[in-house]
Amino acid sequence: MFTPRRGGEIGLKLSRDERALLAGLAAELRAQLEDEPGGDPSLRRLFPPAYDDEDEERAYRELAGDSLLDGRRAALELLADTVDNKRLSAEEADAWLRALNDLRLVLGTRLDVQEDTFASDLRPDDPNAPALAVYGYLSWVQEQLVAALSD
Amino acid sequence: MTSTIEVEREQTRETHDVERDRPWIVIVWNDPINLMSYVTLVFQKLFGYSKAKATQLMLQVHNEGKAVVSGGTREKAELDVARLHAHGLWATMRQD
Repeated sequence: MFTPRRGGEIGLKLSRDERALLAGLAAELRAQLEDEPGGDPSLRRLFPPAYDDEDEERAYRELAGDSLLDGRRAALELLADTVDNKRLSAEEADAWLRALNDLRLVLGTRLDVQEDTFASDLRPDDPNAPALAVYGYLSWVQEQLVAALSD
Repeated sequence: MTSTIEVEREQTRETHDVERDRPWIVIVWNDPINLMSYVTLVFQKLFGYSKAKATQLMLQVHNEGKAVVSGGTREKAELDVARLHAHGLWATMRQD
C-alpha cells in the first residue's frame, strides 16, 4: 500500500475501489468544510480550543482559524487529487497523513468511537456497522502510512 | 516625587510583567481516535523529539490522560498549539 522510497518519497498502490472511496470521502469532507465548519459538532472536533479563557480563545481563532481551515481543505483536496499517483512526495505524504486523520476524527466523533470500540466484532445488526467498517479501514490505511513514514 | 498611588501603580505593573513573563505550557489531552503511532510521529516531527521521548510522551497522554509536550513564551506555545491543532491533536495551553 505505502512503500518508503528514497528522498522521503512514498510509493503508493491502492485498488480502484480504495481510490474511489478515499477520494470520495475527502471530497465530501472538504465540501462540508466549505459550508459551515462551526455547525456540525463532529466538524467542531477539528477545531479544539487553545485557551480556557473565552476572550483569549476568540483572539486565537481570529489569528489561526483561517489558516487551520485552509490547511485542512488543502490536504483533503490534495488527497483526492493524488489518489491515482504511483508516488507521493514527502510533502504530499504529510498532507495525506493529516487528511486521513481528519477523516477519522470527523467520522469517529460522529460514531462516538471509544478506545474499546473495536475490542469486539462488529454486530451485523448495528446500523452503524458500515460506517464503523469505513472508520476501521481508514485507521488501517493511516497506520500503514505512519509505518512507512516512520521507517 | 512619586506619590503613593503612583508607586502602587508601578508595583502593579511590575506584577503584571512578571505575570506575563511566566512561561506557558502546551498540554496534549488523550482522545479515543488519534492513533498512538500517529501521535508519536507528530511529536517527533513537530518538536524534533527522539522516537523514545516522543513514545514516552504519547504513552503519558494515553495512560494519564494528558502530558505537557512543550512550552516557552506565549507566542511559542501558541504556535505549537496551532501546529498540533493542524495535526488534529487535542492541545491547549496555559501559564505554568
